Amino acid sequence: MTTWRRTSVLALLAALATPSIGDDNHVTGEINKYRQMLQEGNPAELQELRGEELWTTPRGPRNATLEQCDLGLGKGIVAGAYAQLPRYFADADQVQDIEARLTYCMITLQGLTRDEATQGWFKPNSDMEALVTYVATHSRGKAIAIPQAHAREREFVALGEEIFNRRAGPLDFSCATCHSQGGKRIRLQELPDFNTNKSAQSSMITWPAYRVSQSAVWTTERRLIDCLRQMRYPDAAYLSPAVIALESYLQHQARGGVMEAPGIKR
Amino acid sequence: MIYGSRFVAIVSMLTVINAYAEGTIQARAEALVREAFAGATPTEWDERLRQDEAQRLCSLHRNTPPAAIAHQLLEAQQRTLRYPANGKLMGDWRKGEKLAAIGTGGHIGKIQPDRPGIPRGGNCYACHTLATKEIAAGNLGPSLTHFGKLRGVSPEMVKYTYEKIFNAQAFHPCSMMPRFGHNSWLTPEEVADAVAYLLDPESPVNQ
Repeated sequence: MTTWRRTSVLALLAALATPSIGDDNHVTGEINKYRQMLQEGNPAELQELRGEELWTTPRGPRNATLEQCDLGLGKGIVAGAYAQLPRYFADADQVQDIEARLTYCMITLQGLTRDEATQGWFKPNSDMEALVTYVATHSRGKAIAIPQAHAREREFVALGEEIFNRRAGPLDFSCATCHSQGGKRIRLQELPDFNTNKSAQSSMITWPAYRVSQSAVWTTERRLIDCLRQMRYPDAAYLSPAVIALESYLQHQARGGVMEAPGIKR
Repeated sequence: MIYGSRFVAIVSMLTVINAYAEGTIQARAEALVREAFAGATPTEWDERLRQDEAQRLCSLHRNTPPAAIAHQLLEAQQRTLRYPANGKLMGDWRKGEKLAAIGTGGHIGKIQPDRPGIPRGGNCYACHTLATKEIAAGNLGPSLTHFGKLRGVSPEMVKYTYEKIFNAQAFHPCSMMPRFGHNSWLTPEEVADAVAYLLDPESPVNQ
């Protein structure tokens, strides 16, 4: 397996070194081929299994499982839940994404502290990485459809749109700087255009995603907070409403996209 | 004295809050941004998160401001132009070549900051094709291949190129391009090196 994967990396590098590639389509074509090869054995499956175990194993001071956790579709219903998040939860009186909701359930059901629930969220192999992968995998084939019935849900999409377009920092960047036109790249990395439904879908259906360069599954919050870091902002607080609003906006832009997560990325 | 500085702090805080009328979606989004970055130091907030008037207006108008505001922005940005102390607007293309390729620098925070002492570049190749030998070039900005060869190296062209890199918004209101000089991301001398990389007949950009 490892040898096979190394061979495909070498094949990709060889392809990139070929002189005939001034042509964009050729380069991205080779990258997509490599991605497809990895898809057949996505290492995210390990996290999915670990997540299922975390979901069903009694933990914390209350020695409870997460099987009574309501992810929005009713207690214990995992299938399809991810595709409808973020959403408003009356019990928490908040719009929550999967990460905020899992944290809420770990605190209220299992009696864990917030720090315990989110421990190492930005490091490979965290409990959050595993649980999110588990839940997201069970939305495969489901269309992204975040609810917009509650006023707070509509407000979060609108707030997310403002934050998406908010320029700041030493490079004057907003999310829109790189993600509001079709067919654009940073170096060779293709960029989703969140102004169009189809392009937004092509991105959002793949998160959470296994990142080859990080040897870890990255959750959506992990990804967005890293975008902000690359924009040269300070660390955004994990689970903060600004990040969840941004996520609400992106999910709304991607509505109707059929989930394929966990994806596989550079 | 202390009373006075506190008064100034309160007034400047009010100015920021009042940039948007209370209750507007922009004001509520600002409150969320403040909350998300509550861990930032005051300096980090000032340098990295607080919007200047150009950033605020460009965000509000989604980078296509109405004519009157565009005109006002353009004039204000033109007043920001500064030049190297030695007056040379065209530096060393070899230094400019390095700056064009470097994408590191300026990453802060606890999660994944840059290693200390890592160089900070202009990262031109992230968005522009320059020398054709570099195939890993982005396309957010236009191709700049043969920039000098096509335009010549007149004093006017040197000045324009310098000013454009120093502050792209002095020419195009709400340009997507970072205001490298104005934001002190690059020094005026580094901007001059980037000018040489674009204009010098010896530069790989013009080969």
